[in-house]
Amino acid sequence: MKVEEHSERKIDIDGWPVNLTSYRIGETFHCKADNVSPGAALARTTGATRQEAEDKAIARARELLSRTKRREP
Amino acid sequence: MADYAHPETLVSTDWVAQHSKDPNVRVVEVDVDTNAYKEGHAPGAIGWAWNSQLCDTVKRDILSKAQFEKLMAESGVSNDTAVVLYGDNNNWFAAWALWQMKMYGHKDVRLMNGGRKKWLAEGREVSTDIPTPAKATYKATGPDNSLRTFLDQVQAALAARSHAMVDVRSPQEFTGEILAPPGLPETCQRGGHIPHARNIPWGKACNEDGTFKSATDLKALYSTEGVDGSKPVIAYCRIGERSSHTWFVLKYLLGYDRVVNYDGSWTEWGNLVGAPVERGASAAKA
Repeated sequence: MKVEEHSERKIDIDGWPVNLTSYRIGETFHCKADNVSPGAALARTTGATRQEAEDKAIARARELLSRTKRREP
Repeated sequence: MADYAHPETLVSTDWVAQHSKDPNVRVVEVDVDTNAYKEGHAPGAIGWAWNSQLCDTVKRDILSKAQFEKLMAESGVSNDTAVVLYGDNNNWFAAWALWQMKMYGHKDVRLMNGGRKKWLAEGREVSTDIPTPAKATYKATGPDNSLRTFLDQVQAALAARSHAMVDVRSPQEFTGEILAPPGLPETCQRGGHIPHARNIPWGKACNEDGTFKSATDLKALYSTEGVDGSKPVIAYCRIGERSSHTWFVLKYLLGYDRVVNYDGSWTEWGNLVGAPVERGASAAKA
């Protein structure tokens, strides 16, 4: 199988920059959300459509990012 | 890749595609997210999980020599096999695996430039088949601890100001604004950085497509922060994998001989009672 319809874009989730990568392998769309810097993966999801996979990844990323506390440096 | 000090330590995605059935080459995917391999990987590649196969799972440490030899043998890797490592997040844990392989004396180990990100973006073939290589015989040397540094050595280096200290985490982690990468669990008691460290985030060494920047650009990036090979270098991050990436850049792409990875990193220093910590935005250079 080949990776098809590869797409990558940067979005903002509650003030955090997030990189959203999605693509299709066979009949399944895959999506990965990671924080742009330093680049750690937050969520890896699948869906029958790109929209479904991305929506799941964004929801999971939002949940995880809401736990990150900002402090006064 | 010709302008790097050791271009033989990198291969392209094309090269990997052409050597997927080469019996003298073993391609290994090592990801931060250990589910990525199952989703689809370069055909013929085996997968190593960093959190169960590339560390001692009882004490906090890298693999013992015996554990390393067992992993190599079971992966069909002999002492003469060319091992090509790649992974997600621009090869974070692939670099961690390479660092351990160098510590145990493996001669021919390389990174696939651009990692998993580039392989996928290029629309290449992926497979969910998991290869079962024939068991090999492997004899490790070392460990070569000249590639690694421990807490007492970092403390001594700090006291003597004998090393360039490079913190490769994000500026927000460096200043103490956050204690872990956004979205990940906080694993330290204090935020900030080791006094006198320079903040050169690992990702600055990469292009948008995940490949490494040119030697000229890398030299400029590090020398601007006083890291030019004239002093030995200690690289650290949170748990030692991002700093493996920078260690690889400094040692093999720029050819600086005296570079060590402090894999205890911030999860050790930031939890240590009485350890000096610097905080604040003024300490971080953009």
